[in-house]
Amino acid sequence: MTTTGTRETEIVLDPKVPLVRIIREFDAPPEKVFRAHVDPELIVQWLGPRRLEMRIDHFDCRTGGSYRYIHMADGNEYAFHGSFHEVRPSTLIVQTFTYEGEPDGVALERLQLQDLGDGQTRLVATSLVDSFEGRDAFVTSGMEDGIRESYERLAELLAG
Amino acid sequence: MTADPLTRVFSALADPTRRDMVARLAIGDATVNELAEPYGVTVQAISKHLKVLERAGLVSRSRSAQRRPVHLEAEVFDLMTRWIERYRRQAEERYRRLDDVLRSMPDVDTTATPHPETGGAT
Repeated sequence: MTTTGTRETEIVLDPKVPLVRIIREFDAPPEKVFRAHVDPELIVQWLGPRRLEMRIDHFDCRTGGSYRYIHMADGNEYAFHGSFHEVRPSTLIVQTFTYEGEPDGVALERLQLQDLGDGQTRLVATSLVDSFEGRDAFVTSGMEDGIRESYERLAELLAG
Repeated sequence: MTADPLTRVFSALADPTRRDMVARLAIGDATVNELAEPYGVTVQAISKHLKVLERAGLVSRSRSAQRRPVHLEAEVFDLMTRWIERYRRQAEERYRRLDDVLRSMPDVDTTATPHPETGGAT
């Protein structure tokens, strides 16, 4: 099951393992893209959903380091944390990812940066979880207000 | 089976064989025998998979026709596709913000240390 964009973000849902792959190209060299992923001051400018305020508790992006950050919306806080398993400058970040609302769940994430030359970079980010249900719930989460609407649409279709 | 509809649809599609069956049915209706052919498995095994897809509302089977062809409920499947598209758009929005950040960054890393000890939260 694959959805492709043109030069935009491409999403691949692997049919064999519960994995999501995100592919995107940037008009910047790998060093810069990497820096935007490890410098907390830069991360807060782009990582969080637009409507949510993002606060970084700590962010120590090196092999053996860890991170924790919080998204805040309407008085609610959504916290995430994980460990950096392997960090290779301008090339690779392997980390775990847990939403503290579901502390038993964990995703293994791999961010690879490929130098395309001419100051271009291809980012390939994969997220692996331990079940297809978990993966698919992950893909449909983050819809905030949209999720209820989607449930209702599905219920209507199944009833019709 | 008291699972909610969303979980039923997702778990129905969690199985690679059932995903393949859905892909086949997206081309056109097929009989159970036609669906069983490429897998070298019994018709009973395929029927089991079909029941799961049917319960999820992803496929339906004609009760009248002799061949009882299996039909993909495209609207339910499209809904899934739209969810994925929505996820994609969220990622794209995030990366457009990253595009802006990258444009605003100096070419050379001017920060003295990559991991400043901030001491405490603000």
